[in-house]
Amino acid sequence: MRIFVTDQDGTEHELEALEGWRVMEVIRDWGLNIKAECGGSCACATCHVFVDAEWQDKLNPPTDEEEDMLDTVADYEANSRLSCQILMSEELDGLKVTLADSARQDEAA
Amino acid sequence: MSGNEIVTDVVIIGAGPVGLFAVFELGLVDLKCQVIDILDRAGGQCAELYPEKPIYDIPAFPEISGQGLTDNLMKQIQPFGAEFHFSQMVANVEKLEDGTFRLTTDAGEVFITKVVVIAAGGGSFQPKRPPVEDVEQYEGKSVFYAVRKMEDFRDQDIVIVGGGDSALDWTLNLEPLARSLTLVHRRDQFRGHADSVNKMRALVEEGRINFITGQLGRLEGENGQLKEVYLKTAGGELGVPATRLLPFFGLTMKLGPVADWGLDLHDNALIKVDTEKFETSEPGIFAIGDINWYPGKLKLILSGFHEGALMAQAAKKIVHPDQKVIFQYTTSSTQLQKKLGVA
Ligand SMILES: Cc1cc2nc3c(=O)[nH]c(=O)nc-3n(C[C@H](O)[C@H](O)[C@H](O)COP(=O)(O)OP(=O)(O)OC[C@H]3O[C@@H](n4cnc5c(N)ncnc54)[C@H](O)[C@@H]3O)c2cc1C
Ligand code: FES
Repeated sequence: MRIFVTDQDGTEHELEALEGWRVMEVIRDWGLNIKAECGGSCACATCHVFVDAEWQDKLNPPTDEEEDMLDTVADYEANSRLSCQILMSEELDGLKVTLADSARQDEAA
Repeated sequence: MSGNEIVTDVVIIGAGPVGLFAVFELGLVDLKCQVIDILDRAGGQCAELYPEKPIYDIPAFPEISGQGLTDNLMKQIQPFGAEFHFSQMVANVEKLEDGTFRLTTDAGEVFITKVVVIAAGGGSFQPKRPPVEDVEQYEGKSVFYAVRKMEDFRDQDIVIVGGGDSALDWTLNLEPLARSLTLVHRRDQFRGHADSVNKMRALVEEGRINFITGQLGRLEGENGQLKEVYLKTAGGELGVPATRLLPFFGLTMKLGPVADWGLDLHDNALIKVDTEKFETSEPGIFAIGDINWYPGKLKLILSGFHEGALMAQAAKKIVHPDQKVIFQYTTSSTQLQKKLGVA
């Protein structure tokens, strides 16, 4: 199972993902630039990603809690999601996301 | 600078759960504390990131919320009369010739202390900055992340961005002063208290404020003086006159000045300590809670509490080297119970 993550500098990384892991955890585990300050509790929005158009409809829609947290990112787009709220499963094999600037570890905007 | 130095036994940097419990442990060994936090209230991550969420691994509390834990800690340390200094960041720590430390905050307060306890957790909380070009050049002049003086907003064209309580509260508070006020949020739903949302909507209906669904695009102005903000909306770019901009996107933690105090660090971010006293590479400066590192470290509240207890014993020896520390239980020691005001 793998996911494709484009980092803030535009480089695409192909990452091995495990069933049941959160996409945030996969990205963090591979050492990409993600802050994920709250460790996946939907409390910080520093795991913000943009989901590729072809994958958007395959994800569970965001919960109210996730929508509320998305209010706290200043670089919101219609395809914005919190990667800690996306759980890896067979159906998401090949998922493509791009790390938002507001997820940067150094300068969580 | 005030010129008045506060002299104390211990200064604790950070009023998160670990800094708060340190007040208790230090209180039991008769040390007086001053506590400094950049936030305007106690609780650190518990109060800021998850006040309503339950914590399940605090001993003897099968379940307690982040705010509940903070409130209980404040109650527990009350007998020790620690003084709190909120809304300021410790910017500098310097060792004086007599072995004491001089701490300065960005609000100009100065502390002279025998012991420094760094309980700075994940770092200092700072407002999330919108990724808008040149925003730095306007900060402090026409872009603000908090309202310190309401008067600075009188007769101004104010744009407030955000959908939480800060955005709503300041919309309601500044409306009577403003020349014009525009609230901008990405959607027509708000996270704030229902009462504030209703009041805000009423103001929109009366035509006293504007509400625009959209996002911050770019800024226009000169020499830090904002003239107009351009919003990204469903209908395209929209310019709004603005001499003051208040973006409220919440807070994030940054390591901040802690990194510059010359202490040995792990991974450039965590302060190395020993596991006997939780002292840093600088004698007299301790680091407890999420900010420290030692082999096997777990970033848990429980661990921070334990670290505080051992730190207090070592701090006592520094402040009163001539006094013997006798180990006692709070259940059976009348002396300790007197300190707690229960005997
Ligand atoms: C969503 C979430 C859920 C969690 N759940 C649990 C759980 O179930 N169990 C558990 O044990 N832990 C949990 N944690 C972790 C726990 O919150 C931390 O371990 C704990 O808050 C650490 O406490 P602390 O006092 O060391 O630091 P913090 O809580 O980070 O507090 C540090 C304080 O220091 C202040 N500060 C920093 N630098 C300065 C400076 N230079 N000047 C002035 N002030 C400064 C900060 O503003 C802050 O208020 C959770 C964390 C999150 C985010
Ligand atoms: S890691 Fe904090 S919201 Fe996802």
